[in-house]
Amino acid sequence: MHPSFRFIVLGLLASAFTVLLLKRAQAGDDDYFPPVTDKATLQECGSCHLAFPPSMLPAASWKRMMAGLEDHFGDDASVDAGTAATITRYLVRNAGDARDARRDGRLLRGLDPNAAPLRITELPKWRREHRKVARSDWTSKEVGTKANCAGCHVDAAQGYFDDE
Amino acid sequence: MNPTTRAIAVLCALGVSASSAIAGAREDLLSRYANAARAADAGYAGPSAASGEKLHRNRYAGGKPDTPACTSCHGDDARAPGRTRAGKAIEPMAASVSPARYTDPAKAEKWFKRNCTEVLGRECTPREKADWLAWMSKQ
Repeated sequence: MHPSFRFIVLGLLASAFTVLLLKRAQAGDDDYFPPVTDKATLQECGSCHLAFPPSMLPAASWKRMMAGLEDHFGDDASVDAGTAATITRYLVRNAGDARDARRDGRLLRGLDPNAAPLRITELPKWRREHRKVARSDWTSKEVGTKANCAGCHVDAAQGYFDDE
Repeated sequence: MNPTTRAIAVLCALGVSASSAIAGAREDLLSRYANAARAADAGYAGPSAASGEKLHRNRYAGGKPDTPACTSCHGDDARAPGRTRAGKAIEPMAASVSPARYTDPAKAEKWFKRNCTEVLGRECTPREKADWLAWMSKQ
């Protein structure tokens, strides 16, 4: 190979690598999950708990969740039919396995594609990410429950779930 | 009256009428519950804020074990924020601190239904809602 040709190939490889890195950076960092932007969803799902990012569960989970609001983890969270339809549409469209979810659905890694879990905390990936959290941290006054993401991830409402 | 003073006066008047409109909506809701209570009992004497406070602070055995009282989530001080079981802050219930509360009847009904069921194990009666709202209106 001619030395100058080799130089060109190396240069091309280097720029391809840079482009790849940039694309990855653009796709967002690993701890970002786009927060809920739909008004009805934010209001109805965000009164009692953080309005969890829709990409944290597959579409089948959201459908199952929205079909059983009368007994929502022991609480009656039912809403009128119109509101329920709006929220379901939004959640399904932005679910972690939606066609354009791309990397947002990475919390679903390792999940059986036929599974429709209702708890984000049951996802294999979630469990792996939280395996080092001490029991005393979960029961501390600031956290209290695994549903309280913002107890540790202070910017959870903005979609950032960084390690604290 | 110079223009600045006039502007201030106009803005104040607007502010006063906006806040009285809010109070008006809350009073409408209160009289709606009171009317329903009267319809059920001709001898009804009207809302009692004292009974409302009792309802708010009482502990009940009929609801969910982790929410025996309204104060389980809303806290002992109605003017201070509360906290849901899932760790989310709840705006204070006192009308003086959260004046926008109790102005949307559908929203009020939704939460009465959910929360009375959770705490008392049943829905609240119009009389109870009137009492409770009368107390919160004074807080």
